Amino acid sequence: MFAVAAIALFIGMVLVLFRLYAGPSLYDRVLAVNSFGTHTVLFIGVMGFLSGRPDFLDIALLYALINFVGTIAVLKFFRYRAIGDIPQIERDIS
Amino acid sequence: MSVIVDILSWLAILSGSAFLIIGAWGTVKFPDFWSRLHAVSVTDSAGMLLLMLGMCLQAGFTLITVKLIIIAIFLFITGPTATHAVANAALVTGLRPKEGHGLVSELESPTVPSPTAPEVKS
Repeated sequence: MFAVAAIALFIGMVLVLFRLYAGPSLYDRVLAVNSFGTHTVLFIGVMGFLSGRPDFLDIALLYALINFVGTIAVLKFFRYRAIGDIPQIERDIS
Repeated sequence: MSVIVDILSWLAILSGSAFLIIGAWGTVKFPDFWSRLHAVSVTDSAGMLLLMLGMCLQAGFTLITVKLIIIAIFLFITGPTATHAVANAALVTGLRPKEGHGLVSELESPTVPSPTAPEVKS
């Protein structure tokens, strides 16, 4: 049963990887990376169930946390042209 | 009793996998960044939740189900948040949807000119 989920997740990953490669704009690629991360979290969970090792779910939770932080960091850089000194940027914009 | 739970978890996992593939296929096929946002959030919400439900049913009332619920809640909150962040970053740096010019209130000029976004048609 979980083999079906694993195969579906694998197909989903391949499709999202194609979007990651072909994505015209930067934000398509960020979207694809974020979606690939979610697929990976689910894939770790499914593999944990397949191999009968429930402690995989801790790894899946950690991966979900890091995936979200990574996406927001990339976006913050391209949105504000800098990760660190945001107040200086805000003065320029407003 | 356990047969019913098995059937339910089997259904949840199958439909979750179907939603995952549909969402991923939409991510590839949709013509524009703005329509792909919808496709990605299909996998983030429906596919993920159904798959987690299937795993929770499979695991029963154990610590595993608690961990699964924690992961599902976290993904349910951060999925849309990340999608919103991508959409906001794209809109501000000047990426505009192909159709429907004039529908979106045209910002006078993107606050942060981005080398990667196509030039904004005035």
